[in-house]
Amino acid sequence: MLVLKWLRELTLVPVIVVLMVAGALVDPVFFTPSNLINVAEGGAALGMVVVAESLILITGKFDISLQGTFGLAPLLAAWLIAPKASEGLGTEWSPWIGLVIVLIVGLAVGTFNGALVIKANFNAFIFTLAMSILLTGLQLGWLGGQTVYNLPEAFIYLGAESWFGVPVAVWVTVATFVVAALFMRYHRIGRAMYAIGGNLEAARAAGIQVDRIRIGVFMVASILAAMGGLMQAGRVTAVTAGQGSNLIFGVFAAAVIGGISLEGGRGRMVGALTGVILLSLVTNILTLSNISSTWIDAVDGAIILLALGLAKLIGTESA
Amino acid sequence: METRAPAPVGEADHVFKSFGETAALVDVSLTVHPGECHGLVGRNGAGKSTLVSLLTGLSRPDRGSVRLAGQPAPGLADRGAWLGRVACVYQRSMVVPALTVAENVSLNRPTGRGKSLVSWANMRAEARALMLDWGFDINVDQEAGRLTVEQRQVVEIARALSIGARFLILDEPTAALEKAAVERLFERVRRLRDGGVGILYISHHLEEIYEICDRVSVLRDGEMVLSRNVRDVPQAALVGAMVGSAPPRRAGEIEAVEKRGAVGEVRLAVSHLTVFSRAGSVEDVSFSVRAGECVGLVGLNGSGSATVADTIVGMIKPRDGTIAINGKRLRPGRVDSAFALGVGYVPQDRHATGFAPQLGVAENVTLALLDRLARRAGVVSFRERDAIARRQVEQLQIVARDLQQPVSRLSGGNQQKVVVGRALAPDPTVLVVVNPTVGVDVASKEALLDAIGRVRDQGVALLLVSDDFEDLRVCTRLVVMVRGRLAAEFGEPPWDRQRLIAAVEGLEVAV
Repeated sequence: MLVLKWLRELTLVPVIVVLMVAGALVDPVFFTPSNLINVAEGGAALGMVVVAESLILITGKFDISLQGTFGLAPLLAAWLIAPKASEGLGTEWSPWIGLVIVLIVGLAVGTFNGALVIKANFNAFIFTLAMSILLTGLQLGWLGGQTVYNLPEAFIYLGAESWFGVPVAVWVTVATFVVAALFMRYHRIGRAMYAIGGNLEAARAAGIQVDRIRIGVFMVASILAAMGGLMQAGRVTAVTAGQGSNLIFGVFAAAVIGGISLEGGRGRMVGALTGVILLSLVTNILTLSNISSTWIDAVDGAIILLALGLAKLIGTESA
Repeated sequence: METRAPAPVGEADHVFKSFGETAALVDVSLTVHPGECHGLVGRNGAGKSTLVSLLTGLSRPDRGSVRLAGQPAPGLADRGAWLGRVACVYQRSMVVPALTVAENVSLNRPTGRGKSLVSWANMRAEARALMLDWGFDINVDQEAGRLTVEQRQVVEIARALSIGARFLILDEPTAALEKAAVERLFERVRRLRDGGVGILYISHHLEEIYEICDRVSVLRDGEMVLSRNVRDVPQAALVGAMVGSAPPRRAGEIEAVEKRGAVGEVRLAVSHLTVFSRAGSVEDVSFSVRAGECVGLVGLNGSGSATVADTIVGMIKPRDGTIAINGKRLRPGRVDSAFALGVGYVPQDRHATGFAPQLGVAENVTLALLDRLARRAGVVSFRERDAIARRQVEQLQIVARDLQQPVSRLSGGNQQKVVVGRALAPDPTVLVVVNPTVGVDVASKEALLDAIGRVRDQGVALLLVSDDFEDLRVCTRLVVMVRGRLAAEFGEPPWDRQRLIAAVEGLEVAV
C-alpha cells in the first residue's frame, strides 16, 4: 500500500528519465555538471513560487498575483538600495534593509490578498488576476521600464553565490521543499490545510480556525514568492521591469503536473517538486536543441499537455 | 447500585427559540441519560433541527438553558468545549475525503507529544484502538473519500467518541443506508448505549424508534407533546401525537378533488424500476399514470419517491426496469429523450435546477422550447417567445414587472410559478412535479395547485411527488413509497390522514 502511494507520487520520474535521455541525445553538453547545475538554478526560483502556490491550492484557493510579487518585491528593494547611476532612487540604503523590504512587500501583498479573498469573499481568480496586473503594472511604471542593476553583494548573495559548487538558491529551494513537505505531513496546521481544502464545512465543524489558516497561507505564499524573486534578481544581478511576467503559467503547470489538485485538498510537495524538475528540464533541453526561439513556447506547451495527460492516466491523487 | 444517578449527558431545560415572528420551540424540555437511546420524532418543521442546533451549540436559546454532562453549556464561540461533550452525525457527510480514516478521527487534535506536531504512529494506533473498542470494522489507513456512506458515518461517530463526547445525536442516520447496513448501525447503537453513551436518535421511521430506543419524545409545531418510555406508547398514540388534532374539516380526511375530467389511456408506464441513488434508492417499482389522472407519489425523504421522478425525466440512469411514455420506451438516462416524448418536469430544488436566475421570465419559461422558437439560421423569434411566455404568466398569475425581469428578482412563489410555466409551455402529455409548493406563500400555493389541477383536467398525465399533504388534494390516486418500494396504494379520495401518515412512516396501524 505504502509503496503504491509513493509510486503514484513519483509518476513523473519515468518522464524525467526519458527527458534526460532525450537531453543527452540532443547535446552531449546536457550531462555535464555545469549544465545540470544550470537546470537546478533555473528551477530554483520557479520552485519557490511552486511551493507557495501549492500551499494555497491545497487549502482550496489560488493566487495568480504571486508572479507580481515575484517581480515587484525585489524591484522595490533594488530601487531603494542601488545607486542613481544604475537606475536606483539614490537613497542607497543598506542591502540588509533591502532584504527586509523584499519580505515586507511579500507579507503586505499576501495579507491584502488573503484578507480580501477570505474575509471579504472576493473570487480568488478574478481578484488575484487584477492584483497581478496591478503589481506588474507598478513594476513597469515605477521605473519607466528600466532595469535596476549594480546591486550590492549581500542582496544578490542568495541568487549568485554557491556552496560546495551548488548555488545557494538551489539549497534554499530544496530546503523549502523539505520543510514544506514535512510541515504538510507532520504539523497540525499542515493537516488542517488538507481538511480545509477537502471539506471546508467539516474542517470548520472540527473547530479548525479555517479563516485564520487560509489568510496565513496567503501571507506565507507571498513571502515565498518574494524570496523566489530575490533569487531571480541575484541570478541575473539585476531586476528587470519584466521579471515574473508569465511565470504563473509555469507555476500552475508544475503544481498540477505534480499532482496538486486545483480543487483543493489533494497533492504533495514531492509531486510538486517533480513537476518543477520536469519543467526545468524541458526548458533546458529546448534551449540546447537549437529549436528556433519563436517555437519554444509551442513545444513547451505541448510537453506540458503531454505531462498532464500522463499524470491523469496514472492518477496522482493522495494527500 | 450507585448512590447517585450519573448526570444526564444532555438536557434542554424549558427552552424557547424564535426566528422573527415564528416560534420554533416553545417551552421544550428534553433529557438524555447516559446509556439511553432517546428517540426524537416529529413531522417536517416540528422543530427538531432547531432543538439539535441548541443542543450542539450552533445557536443559543432565547429562554431556558442547555446543560451537557451536568455542566452549563459553554459559550457559542468555544467550539472545542462543545465538541468534547456532544457530537451530531448529520445526514450530509462531514469527513474530509483526501485524508485517511485515522486523520479524520483525530482531526484538529494533538496526537504527538508536542501540541502541534502530528505523530502518525500514535494517530493510527489510537484510531485502531478506538475502532477495536467499539467494534467498528474499518481500516484506519484508508482514504476517507473511498468509504461507503455507512463507513463515513462510523468515522464520524468514532471522531466524536475519541474527543470524549458521550452525547451523540444521530440525525436520520438510516436515510441513506441499505437494510443490512441499518442492522449493523443498530448493533453499533446498542453497543454505544451499553458503553454509557447517551444517544438522541432522530428518525422519520417510527419502526426504528420501536426497535432501538428506550424513550421517545415527540415534537409538534415547536412543542414537546409527548415524552415517555417507548414500550408505554402504542404506535397509534405515537402517530396521533405527531399529527395532532388538526382543524375539524381536515381532521379525518384530505380534501377530495372537486372536479375531474375523464380518465384516458395510459400515458406513463413504469415497470420494475430499480435505481441506485444516494438520495434514496428504488427497488422494483411499477405503476402507471393515465391521461387525466394525477397520481401522488408519497414518501419520506430518502424513500426513493424523488428518485423515481428524476429517473422518469432521465436525470438518473436506472439500473433496471423500463419507462414508457405514450407506449414508447424512453432511452434511459437521457433528458432530451424524455422531453422529446412529451415529458414536462418541475424539479425538486428550484434554485439548483429550476431556473437560470439572471435570465428574464420569458426566457426561462421558454427555455425548453428554443428549437421550436428558432427561425431561419437558428435565430429565435422574440415575438413568439413573448407570446408563449405571456400565456403562462397569465395562467399562473406570475407577478413580474415585465417579461424581461430577471427571475432572481421575483418572490419565491413566483419563481416556482416560472418553473411550472417552463414545464407547461411545451404542452407536455406527461408532467412530473416534485414538491411544487415548498417554501411558497399561501396565495402562490393556491395558484400553483389550481394550475396543476387544470392541466390534469385537460388530459395531461400527472405524477406529483410531494410530502406536503396539502399538495395531494389535486391527486386522484396515491401511491406510497417506503424504503424504495411501493408500500401502499390509496384509490378514490377522500383519504384518511392517519392511515396515510402511518403508511408513509412504514407502519401498519389499524384505525
